[in-house]
Formats: sequence, C-alpha cells, structure tokens
Amino acid sequence: MSVINGLEADVVTMNQAPDIDIIAARSKLVSADWRKRFPHDATPYTTTIVFLVRKGNPKQIKDWDDLAKAGMQVIVPNPKTSGNGRYTYLAAWGHALQKGGKEAAAREFVSKLFGNVPVLDGGGRGATTTFTQRSVGDALVTFENEAILIAREVGADQFDVIYPSLSIEAAAPVAVVDKVVDNRGTRKQAEAYLAFLFSPAGQEIIANHHYRPRDPAVFKKYAERFPAIKTFTVEAQLGGWENAQKTHFADGALLDQIMVNRR
Amino acid sequence: MSRATTFRVLPGFNLSLGYTLTYLSLIVLIPMAAVFLTTFSLTFEQFWAAISAPRVVASYKLSFGASLLAAAINTVFGLMLAWSLVRYSFPGKRIVDALVDLPFALPTAVAGIALTALYAKNGWLGQYLEPLGIKVAFTPLGVLVALIFIGLPFVVRTVQPVLADLETELEEAAASLGARRWQTFRLVIVPILLPALLTGFALAFARAVGEYGSVIFIAGNIPMVSEITPLMIITKLEQYDYTGATAIASVMLILSFALLLVINGLQAWTQKRGEKGD
Repeated sequence: MSVINGLEADVVTMNQAPDIDIIAARSKLVSADWRKRFPHDATPYTTTIVFLVRKGNPKQIKDWDDLAKAGMQVIVPNPKTSGNGRYTYLAAWGHALQKGGKEAAAREFVSKLFGNVPVLDGGGRGATTTFTQRSVGDALVTFENEAILIAREVGADQFDVIYPSLSIEAAAPVAVVDKVVDNRGTRKQAEAYLAFLFSPAGQEIIANHHYRPRDPAVFKKYAERFPAIKTFTVEAQLGGWENAQKTHFADGALLDQIMVNRR
Repeated sequence: MSRATTFRVLPGFNLSLGYTLTYLSLIVLIPMAAVFLTTFSLTFEQFWAAISAPRVVASYKLSFGASLLAAAINTVFGLMLAWSLVRYSFPGKRIVDALVDLPFALPTAVAGIALTALYAKNGWLGQYLEPLGIKVAFTPLGVLVALIFIGLPFVVRTVQPVLADLETELEEAAASLGARRWQTFRLVIVPILLPALLTGFALAFARAVGEYGSVIFIAGNIPMVSEITPLMIITKLEQYDYTGATAIASVMLILSFALLLVINGLQAWTQKRGEKGD
C-alpha cells in the first residue's frame, strides 16, 4: 500500500501474489508480467500452513476436522488483513472440498472453524502473541516457519508443531518495482538481489529460516527440517487468486457472510 | 464617544484572523476535505452499502457507546482525582500529579499491550477476575478499560485549574448560610465546575472515538462483538479499498462533529448560566 502511495521501494517481497498484482494494476509501478521475470513464477520459496498446539497436544488436535469441533479454541488472524489468515481460510476450505464436499459443505466447515476463533488479530504476529503470551486458544494456525520459530524461540517445552493431512502451498512472490529502479538507476542492484534469492547460497539462507527452498539440492540437504506434507495451490485447487479474492474475500463475499453469521 | 469598531488594546486582528484561518485550513480542513472528496467518487448506493454493512454498524455502536461511557466514567473519577490533587497535600503528590499525564505520553500500542498482559487470563489481574466470570481482555469490556485509560488526563487537566481558582471561602460562605454539604456541592461547586467538566468530557470522548493503538490489542476484534470503527477503516485499507475506508471515516467525522457540537453548546450554555447567577 505504501508503495502504491509513492514510497520509493526498489523491490517488493510479499507473502501472496495478489499483493504484487495490485501494485501492478493500481499504479503500474511493477510490470504486469512480473511472474515471468524470475523462476517459479517469481517465488523463491514456499511455506505452508500448520498447527501449533500446547505441549503434549492435550486436546489431541491432529487435523483440520479437530479444529472445527465444538468447544475448541483456535487462534487465526483476520483473513481480511493478513496473508496468514487468508491461507488458513483457504487451506480449511480446500480440506473440506478434498473430503468430497461441495461448496455448501466447505462453507459449513469453515464457519464452524471460524466460530471457534475467540480473538481475531489483525496480523500473524498478533495472533502469535495471543496464543503464546496470553495463553488463549488450543491451537494456533500459522505458517510453518512461524510455528517452528515460536517453538524454538518461545520454548520448545511449551508447544508442538502439528502437520495436518493436507495443507496449502504458500509461495512468497518477489518483484522489482520497475518505475522506481529506473528513476533511481538501481535496477542492476535490485535485480541482483532478487536473483540472489534463487541462487544456492540464497536458498541456503532461506532454508535456515525454515522456509522451503525451491532449489531441489538445497531442499534435500535440509529435508529433515521439512516433514513431507501434501499441499495444494490456490491456482490448481481454487481457480487462482483473482477468483479466490472475488468469491471469498471481497466485501460481502463468503468470508464476510461467515463472519457475520458466526454461531 | 462612539466608534464604528470596538477599540482594541492590541492591534493585529486581521493578521491573527488570517493566520488562524490559514493554519486551520492547512492542518485540519484540507485533510478533512480530502476524506470527503475521496468519498464522493462513490455512488450513493456504494456509499450506503459501505457505511451500513452490519459489521460496520455494530462497530459504530461499540465505538461511540464505549467512548461515551468511558468519557462519563472519566468525568466522575477525573473530578475526584483533580479534587484530591488541588485540595489536599499528601506525600508523593507531585508524583501522582505527573502520573496523570502518563497516558498522554505513552505510545498507545504500549498501553494496549500492557493492559492486555494485565487482564489476560494469565495476567496479574486477569487470573483473579476470570474465575469470577469477569472477562476483560478480548471483550468489549476490555475496549472500555483501554478508553478509560487514555481519556483520564483530559478530564483531570481541564478541571484542575478551575478547581484551583475556586476559593474555599465560597464553600464556607455557603456553609455559614446554612447549606448542607450536599447542597454546597450541588448548588455551589458543580455549577462552577460544569463547563470545565463538559470540556474534559468532550476531549476524552473525542480522543476515545479515534483511538486505535491501545484498543486493538485488548479488543479481540471479533466481528459484530468487539470491532471498533477505526479497525473497520484499517481493514478496508488493508484490502486496498480506499474509498470504502473514507466513506466510514466520513461517517465517523460527521457523528463526532455533531456530538462535539452538542457538548460544546451545552458547555457554552452552562457557562452563560453560571455568569448570570453571579
């Protein structure tokens, strides 16, 4: 948003593609074909959505269905304001569809899950604080790297990371802000920085921060850090981001209806 | 001798009025105008849809309701505080006096985090309150607590100087004329303090309506329950819906302005009444 309003950034790195699409569409600062500039649709790494539960998993939370059970308290940030919340919402939706459900069933399932959310923070870190510092909730649904970070930083003796049977692939897109770099004459540096993210050295750093690197060799090297998990993408399963935005997150769309009619 | 214009001791009326208008325009009017102008790019239907969505309406109720209640509570307790600070001397008075200003100085996010840590179920106060069935953090009650916190200095600081000017002789005179304590308070002290109390109330209210930082941490932000209006605006901005955000902002502006106008009118009225009584 700051970039659209004129903050002079050379590069943008987001956690979901629509954020860059919107810069391209609204301000033309980034060219519309930004996905083609770097490998893997300009996403140097991915992560996924997992659960963080209290040590020993007292509520026996194993999969998405457990989160939607009556009486469970689940901490998820607001899908309207956080990429984290969006991916969680879409992952839950995808899970319900994959079980053979139709849209009505998915809607029912996601309503139940969000009905179990006692505190709706604006962003991922806020949700983390609510879960870890305020001891609210039985499970925190968040990015894998965040979950591992919490388990390590806040105390490995307090939390367990749980991998559900199916989750969503969250690819982090990057782009050069064309107009800004051309004005400032920094295109070379900006492109070199982003290209570095895709290099083996860059991928190593990425893996060290518990994001899943794209480079197969680096991924293999750190494979024990990244348990196998079945994931789907927004593009393959939910008709792409534009469609997801329209059906789920736009004003008055499914998410709003679900939130207003929470039980 | 009669003159067409009133005689003023100090010159420069034109200059100061010009300065006032320019300054107000730059600092207040132009940004406000920008809000309304952005709103005008919506059709009436879009505008109405943005400002009358159930979640947004629920947030007006919470924002304005909690702000009015917080300002009212602050008026009562702020008066008590100001009274103690003016009328009595006690050890540590200067420190207490300085403490009153703390909510002004503290970054609001810090206040919000501190209050949440205090009232959460594992917090110092929360651990005793929750077993009693009183949930403060992540409920509308938490919103109220945060708004009381940030609004307190406004009442104390507006009432304090008036109270300091209020001579105890007035109360003694009332007492010597046979007034009972309650009568002295109600008929002598309150009328004098009322304009200042109303100003304090208005300031505390205005601050509370616009407050974001401290509330957001303690509110829980549950749709239809504990979402404040500024959060609805931020939510719209996060979705790149600038016009929707300004539509809600303009409703807030108009409602706040109307309420402040009423309070200021009341204040002017009580002041006039007070002067007539003299």
